Amino acid sequence: MYIYDDFDRTLVQERVREFGDQVSRRLSGELTEEEFKPLRLMNGVYLQLHAYMLRIAIPYGTLSSDQMRMLAHVARRYDRNYGHFTTRQNIQFNWIKLKELPDAMADLARAGLHGMQTSGNCVRNVTTDQWAGVAPDEIEDPRIWAELLRQHLTLHPEFSFLPRKFKVALTAAAHDRAAVKIHDIGLRMHRNGAGETGFEVIVGGGLGRTPFIGKTIKPFLPKRDLLSYVEAIMRTYNQYGRRDNIYKARMKILVHELGAEKFAGEVEEEWQSIKDGPLALDPAVVADIAARFRYPQYELLADNPSELARAREDNRFRLWLDNSVTNHKVAGYAIVTLSLKPEGGPPGDATAAQMDTIAELADRYSHGEIRVGHEQNLALPHVAQRDLPTLWRALDGIGVATPNVNLISDIIACPGLDYCSLANARSIPVAEEITRRFRDLDLARNVGPLHINISGCINACGHHHIGHIGILGVEKNGEEYYQVTLGGRADDSAELGTILGPAVPYAEIADVVEDIATAYLELRARPGELFVDTVQRVGVDPFRERVYAAR
Amino acid sequence: MPLVKAGRIVEDRFVRVVDDAPVPDGAAAILPAARFLADAHELVLRQAPIGVVWPNDRKVAELAPYLDWIALVALVFPNFRDGCAYSQARLLRERYHFRGELRATGQILRDQCLFLQRAGFDAFELTKAADAPAFVAAVQRYSVFYQPAADGRASTLTARLARVPQHSPS
Amino acid sequence: MTSPLQQKLKVTGPVVVTANRLGDGAVVYRAADGTWTKDLAVAVVVTTTPAALELLAAATTEKVAVVDAYVAPVELTTQQQVLPGNLRERIRSSGPTVALPGQG
Repeated sequence: MYIYDDFDRTLVQERVREFGDQVSRRLSGELTEEEFKPLRLMNGVYLQLHAYMLRIAIPYGTLSSDQMRMLAHVARRYDRNYGHFTTRQNIQFNWIKLKELPDAMADLARAGLHGMQTSGNCVRNVTTDQWAGVAPDEIEDPRIWAELLRQHLTLHPEFSFLPRKFKVALTAAAHDRAAVKIHDIGLRMHRNGAGETGFEVIVGGGLGRTPFIGKTIKPFLPKRDLLSYVEAIMRTYNQYGRRDNIYKARMKILVHELGAEKFAGEVEEEWQSIKDGPLALDPAVVADIAARFRYPQYELLADNPSELARAREDNRFRLWLDNSVTNHKVAGYAIVTLSLKPEGGPPGDATAAQMDTIAELADRYSHGEIRVGHEQNLALPHVAQRDLPTLWRALDGIGVATPNVNLISDIIACPGLDYCSLANARSIPVAEEITRRFRDLDLARNVGPLHINISGCINACGHHHIGHIGILGVEKNGEEYYQVTLGGRADDSAELGTILGPAVPYAEIADVVEDIATAYLELRARPGELFVDTVQRVGVDPFRERVYAAR
Repeated sequence: MPLVKAGRIVEDRFVRVVDDAPVPDGAAAILPAARFLADAHELVLRQAPIGVVWPNDRKVAELAPYLDWIALVALVFPNFRDGCAYSQARLLRERYHFRGELRATGQILRDQCLFLQRAGFDAFELTKAADAPAFVAAVQRYSVFYQPAADGRASTLTARLARVPQHSPS
Repeated sequence: MTSPLQQKLKVTGPVVVTANRLGDGAVVYRAADGTWTKDLAVAVVVTTTPAALELLAAATTEKVAVVDAYVAPVELTTQQQVLPGNLRERIRSSGPTVALPGQG
């Protein structure tokens, strides 16, 4: 993972001091709320229903164990002993006091953590998939490029007051686990005919009120040109993005209104003027950043060591192994996913105690590194296979070994009306009830891989548009209702879900999900046909008939 | 409205000319864009400095032919959240090499001072006189800048390379 | 849902003025003596639009104590108890409807 040099550290310290000053000026009344709001948003500080919320960036989802310990400390000292991991690889604390924020941020800064640009109309956390650097299907580690972009776009003087928020994601894997097509800029690394790697540039994706899948405007951008091309895109957006209507201000609207080709033309014209300027990436600059990425010294190990073979006899261990452990690019190693989706619990949360134990386990079994995924689970990316049985017992002991990863009870949900002032309806109790209905792991396994995404409002922080089952909270006559969509997906075949039928009330939504699952089991061609493929094959009508038959 | 330049509050030597009013003889004058463009062929002959207020929804490329003789361009922030003029400023400085006074007007917060300066502004029309000292002080807040901009400060891209021997590509 | 902060005010039942305390974000209600209280029971209740607007104006002149003040519906029980008037206000008043992690 990336190790800060003193430039990086100094910048964060300077930011903390500046924000501390801004908070004092707000508390004394010198700054009005209207003036303070954009400043606090650019440090990740929201005002929610009950309290301020602090969103901390976890750049491209990589955390050190020391950083995890610091997050646990913040949860204990300044919050209510827990944190929530988000769909953009960040963490949120829900009960922070404004007057304690400067202290909390000073603590975080000591571990190289900050809330810079996790909110506001600027570039947000640059994300990638949580298996970057260790997945077997990857061309190279995209996090080096994510770091270059992160630095370039941090406190960028030209792009700190954009028409609207701006989200960037990268992937370098054959299978896109970073949902690049639903970002303002999505970057896919490819190898061209000459064996060089470069970026496919996809623009104008995004969810929310008007969801769009991104369009490719440059099939292959050489690495040298990454910063200048991104600069050209952003300059085009900063100048021509709409500022008259907040619902039409995202770049996806500009790309849609101009058309991808015309947008690409504007970008190209701007880019031609700057591509050979100071933003052209010198290989020495890239090497300098890459050199500060530390990788483990992997041992020379064989796959399937005897410890593992023996442990497989334990049924519970085997179920977890088959569900939560994936292949690593280095022989003898594995990537372990930690499920933060316990039965009956809020999805994506971890207590301070869990965080501390996970940090310790990372030190012992994962070379001090932890990953945060956009599906709101954690991962330990460098685990020797021989350590899996011991690790499992420890994870099981703290409740993060539920073998439901990617199954119907591995739900992605926004905080919803229980926390968020934008929400129409609650999402957490809906998720909790669904996990209870599918507590039987045999049933969950039978239903197979199925992503449920729940958003409490049209802002779609739960990414419901790309859920295999998407659930959107709406309000009808002061009551909570839920609109269901089927067949969304965020991978290479990215697609938005189709509405199933009229919204259903809170009391019925879990029943509806059960009915959909039952319908799938009846409709699938064979046990191996995934839910999302069945929906693709038969369409939404057969599901609609069954779900609404008795309603 | 207090004008901050080079770290101090200064007198604004420019007079704002509104609509069709005559340009005062011998005085430095700022004209609205349409007026300037209409009269540019006459204004170029004036001895006293000319400035133009350029709205944030017009391309600064239109100004390019005049940049070698106009003394001032004033760009507009209709509200502090609207950052379009940051791009206009950088283009004026870095693309079109404008050397005159580049003034930020409209609603600008003192916490934006550094961004404004980095984008190429060297003069700031403030709405609150009380902001002026803090505006000046805000420039000192940071010593690290990740990206090159219009202010000529070294970015970490170059600063890092200066410290370490050149790497050969791995 | 439109944020209550942006809704055009039309009072059709009992309402209070509520906000978040600046220093810690806690939910508070405007009390009769002009202070802000966490206890809904002692909040000033009004029933007409002019009264609500007046209460809101008085509340929003002081920018330092609270943030985002708005008019929120309440329910008056037969015993004149003041209860939150909708789900959002119930959640603001008593906290999340789900157990916090580690407490479940």
